Amino acid sequence: MSIHKLSLYDLHEKFTAGEVTATEIVRAYGLRIGQVESKVKAYITQAKDAAVAQAGALDTSLKGWRKTSPMMGMPLAIKDNICTEGMLTTCASRMLGNFVPPYDATVIAKLRAQGYLLLGKTNLDEFAMGSSTENSAVGPSRNPWNLQCVPGGSSGGSAAAVAADECAAALGSDTGGSIRQPAAFCGVVGLKPTYGRVSRYGLIAFASSLDQIGPITKDVRDAAFLLGAIAGHDPLDSTSADVPVPDYLKALKKKDLKRLKVGVPAEFFAEGLDAEVEQAVRAAIEELKSLGGEIKEIQLPRTDAAVAIYYVIATAEASSNLARYDGVKFGLRAKETKDLLELYMKTRQEGFGPEVKRRIMLGTYVLSAGYYDAYYGKAQAVRTLVRQDFESAFRDVDLIVTPVTPTPAFKFGAKGDNPLQMYLSDIFTISANLAGVPAISLPCGFSLDGLPIGLQLIGRPFEEETLLRAAYAYEQSTQWRAKKPMIR
Amino acid sequence: MEITKQEVEKVAKLARLELTDIEKAAFAKQLSQILTHVETLKQYDTIGVEPTATVLGQVNVFRPDDARRSLSVDRAVANAPESADGFFVVPKIIEDRQPL
Repeated sequence: MSIHKLSLYDLHEKFTAGEVTATEIVRAYGLRIGQVESKVKAYITQAKDAAVAQAGALDTSLKGWRKTSPMMGMPLAIKDNICTEGMLTTCASRMLGNFVPPYDATVIAKLRAQGYLLLGKTNLDEFAMGSSTENSAVGPSRNPWNLQCVPGGSSGGSAAAVAADECAAALGSDTGGSIRQPAAFCGVVGLKPTYGRVSRYGLIAFASSLDQIGPITKDVRDAAFLLGAIAGHDPLDSTSADVPVPDYLKALKKKDLKRLKVGVPAEFFAEGLDAEVEQAVRAAIEELKSLGGEIKEIQLPRTDAAVAIYYVIATAEASSNLARYDGVKFGLRAKETKDLLELYMKTRQEGFGPEVKRRIMLGTYVLSAGYYDAYYGKAQAVRTLVRQDFESAFRDVDLIVTPVTPTPAFKFGAKGDNPLQMYLSDIFTISANLAGVPAISLPCGFSLDGLPIGLQLIGRPFEEETLLRAAYAYEQSTQWRAKKPMIR
Repeated sequence: MEITKQEVEKVAKLARLELTDIEKAAFAKQLSQILTHVETLKQYDTIGVEPTATVLGQVNVFRPDDARRSLSVDRAVANAPESADGFFVVPKIIEDRQPL
């Protein structure tokens, strides 16, 4: 049995049955990481000895009796913008290069209380701003399916780590597609929960009205399992929703789509969509139909507006959230500055990379006097129209099915220095964040070049169960997950 | 939408960002491109449409006003670039004045 090849849920069952110890799990993953990490570069910080010690202590405490918590002994990787007490949390930024959080994010506190094993912190685009990990201050991660290609972003390290079996599962964060797009590029499953489903406390803020933490996993069952472990109301996050957490694993029992209406929005199959991606997604829609789903054409007429809305609202919120990096309370401080203003200006010049600066500039511009109504106010109003599109669609259908990305993973440097080009590639994922609805990305095929293609299912608020049910039925009726990358 | 170098400088000051000349030129061009795309939003009629600030519709989320444990001073300043006696140290803000 190769421990690192097991799904999170299968590993959990073996651990529960006493067939494998936490120490064996950590050793197996240590070996695996040693084999492939120099090529994949998924991690910024590895726990190494700390994980071994943690596993040893767990095994000792368990002598004579077995566990009950779902995530006990489970080796996870955490995106490096989620605070972990006592372990570096850098956001892949020079600004936070030495930041050791004095507290845990709520999701981490939940996992820690269950006895999970933290393998390390994964790479991302700086402050989660990007679609390729090329904006990381420590250099990009690589796609395990083709090391010349990006793993996607911003949670590229988490998706690459899962695809390369460098962890049993990972957490990412999704502001405009940052869980789903890298999951699609790396051939794994990524779930962005409903806004408010998972606490954002301790997630280093990028765009507070859009950010959401979620699982990146080897299969759909793992996503259901890990979501259940991190979801729920949190008094420390005033935007977390006081909605009961169902047993997501139970949602997988019906292995069909009977009595589910599945909407196909024409706007997501327009020009710019790669032919191989379209073919794979259309074939997946046929499969959903054969599983009992009723397929309906629907309209989401304001889809074209999504990118423009997003890059106003997300940057406006970011320019405000990132104002805290002033060289005073934590993080980098520029040396030899003569007064406070110069301290701020130089610290931020030295600490932030080009994409973060660009977004702070854009966000500051759209919020500045004279432009607020024309840009920020306008974007917020059109955001309402996008939400109304979804509300009206969900009166007719239970699920919406679309591609995740216009193309499979692209090569490093392919989007050059044209930021708008990079932004436009987020077109299919952004709407779910604007509307606050849940969405899942799962594999639905491969390009001729052997790169994974992703399928996106979008659901009603707090109906992750429907998403998971349909995704699981599709996954079980296809064989995509059986294919693993050859890392070379 | 054309953003001039002067506008870039003004916004950079508001954002407390020092920029090099190369950055200023690049941002002028890139922000112009992006804002030109953003202006496509004008085609959508939003008269009478309420803006969306957050999707959940929560208003005034309260919690009980109970005392609870917080970070110790030591831990709160542990990440500070410079601290002394539990305080954050910053450059001098108040100008020296001549004694009266």
